[in-house]
Amino acid sequence: MTDTTANASHYAAAHADAGHHDADHKPGFFARWFMSTNHKDIGTLYLIFAIVAGILGGGISGLMRLELAEPGVQYLQDWASMLGGSAATFDEGLHFWNVLITAHGLIMVFFMVMPAMIGGFGNWFVPIMIGAPDMAFPRMNNISFWLLPPAFLLLLGSAFVPGGAGNGAGVGWTVYPTLSTSGATGPAVDMAIFSLHLAGASSILGAINFITTIFNMRAPGMTLHKMPLFVWSILVTVFLLLLALPVLAGAITMLLTDRNFGTHFFDAAGGGDPLLYQHLFWFFGHPEVYIMILPGFGMVSQVIATFSRKPVFGYLGMAYAMVSIGVIGFVVWAHHMFSVGMDVNTKMYFTAATMVIAVPTGIKIFSWIATMWGGSLTFETPMLWALGFIFMFTVGGVTGVVLANAGVDTYFHDTYYVVAHFHYVLSLGAVFSLFAGFYYWFGKMWGRDYNELLGKLHFWIFFIGVNVLFFPMHFLGMDSMQRRINDYPDAYAHWNEVASWGYAIMALGMVFFFANIVISLFAGRRTPDNPWGEGATTLEWTLSSPPPFHQFETLPVIDEGGRH
Amino acid sequence: MKYLLRIIAAAALAGLAPAAASGQAAPPAPAPAASGIAPAPGGAAPTATAPGGAQPQDVAGPDSGGERPSDSQVAQSTAASQATPDPGIGQPDGGWHLQEQFSPIGEEAAWFHNYILMPAITIISLFVLFLLLWVIVRYRRRANPTPTRTTHNTLLEVVWTLVPVIILVLIAVPSIRLLANQYDPPRADLTIKAIGNQWYWEYEYPDHGVSFVSNILSDEDARRRGEPRLLAVDHRVVVPQGATVKMIVTSNDVVHSWGIPSFWAKIDAVPGRLNETWFRADRPGLYYGQCFELCGARHAYMPIAVEVVTPAQFAAWVGARGGQMPGARPAAPAAAGSAPAGAAPATTAPPATPGAITNSQGGSQ
Repeated sequence: MTDTTANASHYAAAHADAGHHDADHKPGFFARWFMSTNHKDIGTLYLIFAIVAGILGGGISGLMRLELAEPGVQYLQDWASMLGGSAATFDEGLHFWNVLITAHGLIMVFFMVMPAMIGGFGNWFVPIMIGAPDMAFPRMNNISFWLLPPAFLLLLGSAFVPGGAGNGAGVGWTVYPTLSTSGATGPAVDMAIFSLHLAGASSILGAINFITTIFNMRAPGMTLHKMPLFVWSILVTVFLLLLALPVLAGAITMLLTDRNFGTHFFDAAGGGDPLLYQHLFWFFGHPEVYIMILPGFGMVSQVIATFSRKPVFGYLGMAYAMVSIGVIGFVVWAHHMFSVGMDVNTKMYFTAATMVIAVPTGIKIFSWIATMWGGSLTFETPMLWALGFIFMFTVGGVTGVVLANAGVDTYFHDTYYVVAHFHYVLSLGAVFSLFAGFYYWFGKMWGRDYNELLGKLHFWIFFIGVNVLFFPMHFLGMDSMQRRINDYPDAYAHWNEVASWGYAIMALGMVFFFANIVISLFAGRRTPDNPWGEGATTLEWTLSSPPPFHQFETLPVIDEGGRH
Repeated sequence: MKYLLRIIAAAALAGLAPAAASGQAAPPAPAPAASGIAPAPGGAAPTATAPGGAQPQDVAGPDSGGERPSDSQVAQSTAASQATPDPGIGQPDGGWHLQEQFSPIGEEAAWFHNYILMPAITIISLFVLFLLLWVIVRYRRRANPTPTRTTHNTLLEVVWTLVPVIILVLIAVPSIRLLANQYDPPRADLTIKAIGNQWYWEYEYPDHGVSFVSNILSDEDARRRGEPRLLAVDHRVVVPQGATVKMIVTSNDVVHSWGIPSFWAKIDAVPGRLNETWFRADRPGLYYGQCFELCGARHAYMPIAVEVVTPAQFAAWVGARGGQMPGARPAAPAAAGSAPAGAAPATTAPPATPGAITNSQGGSQ
């Protein structure tokens, strides 16, 4: 990332007429937004989609925190009645709880984090950062995006059709059989499976597009080892997608045939094995969690370097740490299944392999700190999010080391300790990096500066809120409160109430986020080409804000003489 | 189902054909529940216990004879039904620490967690926090207007790769030892089979000929008995203190998970698989757990309660349940004489048992 400052003269010509000629000829509204072949427009669509999905997924977690705020079942039946249009039974209310947890998980994973990181920021900035005019397959890029809305609608629609004890798919985002086969009659789970099929196809197409783009469309002089770390992170991520998602697709297709066509892949009574599904799912599922965090690593690297006014420390180590995290991520899946009754030697292997991941992760944490060491730090909003990310991800990472120990996981498995752990790495990790990237590139993408005061208020309130929300979950887990329950023994009441207040604080923080977007888009100052100064060395800062509709019609040439 | 067949076979061999017929009718606790979602948590138990308590008793023969106590007598005589939980023991206490451990594995694991893992992760987190605060203060723009261009320090990079490796190896040693110990149980003194159902647990003591269905108590019943809401059950698992208990865990429908936090025991109940775990509890008392794997609408309503009693109390409980201590087998009655030895206890124990002192119909609501 450190050497990609192109000499301005190389592309000044292309830049200059960008505003006048074909380069900036925008198609009409429908053609531009519904038949787009422009990576920036498609990136924008992805970001809008992710924000909409995030509002929904976050709203669902609000319902969950409201129900969990005190012991007993207060609202579920009413909500299920509202959604179903007729008075819901008690069991339908309980089923609705499972629909909520399932929807929250699937929406946040497949329709918020992934579209925002890979589809949104990846589409927007990978081509620009490598000096390419667009993605390799612009039309496929469009298909990748437009598979998502139907996928999302299928998932949302599943809430209105029968799925077992009530309407909707109440099987958890992991969709374990036999709960998802014999335990969930009705079309809801089938719709959820189709939703995942479409979302998966979208991601696979996107992955192919990114791999081709990054390997073939780098500007002259942009060697792999000069690519910004964000591009590296996307490259590793899309390889994980390409290798992991077909496994998920296979597994849920087998689930579908088990449900509808009389196969018994996962049915012990027919010679199948319910655990086979779990192995297949987590063979996808573990790389999936790195898919959600690796682009965040990349964005945080860009932000830290920019606001430290210093190149990234240990660039190659950072890049290959991500590669090794990606590789190891494929051989640790069964640590999600320590309680299924595995062989002791298998457990020992997965314990050891899982702990190994802490090493490259540690390299990244320390390299970020070393990047700042000796720097000249300023604390604009993106930097605050990046700093928050480093510490919160560390906390989530060390609890991951605790959970990696199969012997200890016996106690923590399926408790709130796990919930706390993965929300620290995802809700406070992935989401913090998303906000860091959003503020970092806000002016670049929309041409308007975000409001610094609102951005900082957003950060601080959100930071306090999510910690009040998720830190007590460690205590609940240590006290062995199990996951995915709608009601809990009274002893857990205190920390649950605290967590629910934390949600309220976090939600208040989000008000500033949305206010910031609206105010900045309409009344923000025009953003200069490079608002961040000498620390911002990647190619996007050499373009106008927002960049021309088509950039780099004359390819930039990356200077020789790298620093590593 | 295997047990059902054995019961029928044994009964038939003993010339008790009518009993076989009624035995067939008695145990279908899982059947109605497996076929649908309908039964309330309490619903399955009474249907199973009511006929089960009466019919086999009439025909099971001299082995239990006229001495079989009534439901209320069982309730009176069985410590298991009387004990109340000790505050903060065997149940959550709302604190921010692990539940107190009462099994050897639990003590070892809690020590590992509390004295190795927790200090390690706390120190690492605080160290990272300190470094962050240090660079924020020391290298803020006002304090350090001119950034360096340092991007490499091989020694540093080697150190921060190797030190975590060393820390992880140091963690791995007790971790692997714990794991090995978990999988190296002493010889089992007692075997209990737990079968998950939507949404209740069934238990069988194959060596004692005891089996029963365990359902959640309604909130009112739990309160009346001085037990925590959502954790209390109508029929507890009873084990003698100091005995190594082998748990065989499986499921009749979806994946459940049987776990008692204060014994550091948890194992999934997977249909079609017999999973095994074990515990040894040295302290008499009442210990609660819950289902730990999402299993449908009433996932939150299938608690587990294990009561640890003295061996004498355990024997009394087994007797009251209509079972026999394995040692007492030579004195087994003649009626079962013609049955295969292994199946003999089964004749006395059509799964459903008396002892329902609280009819929990209506569930927890």
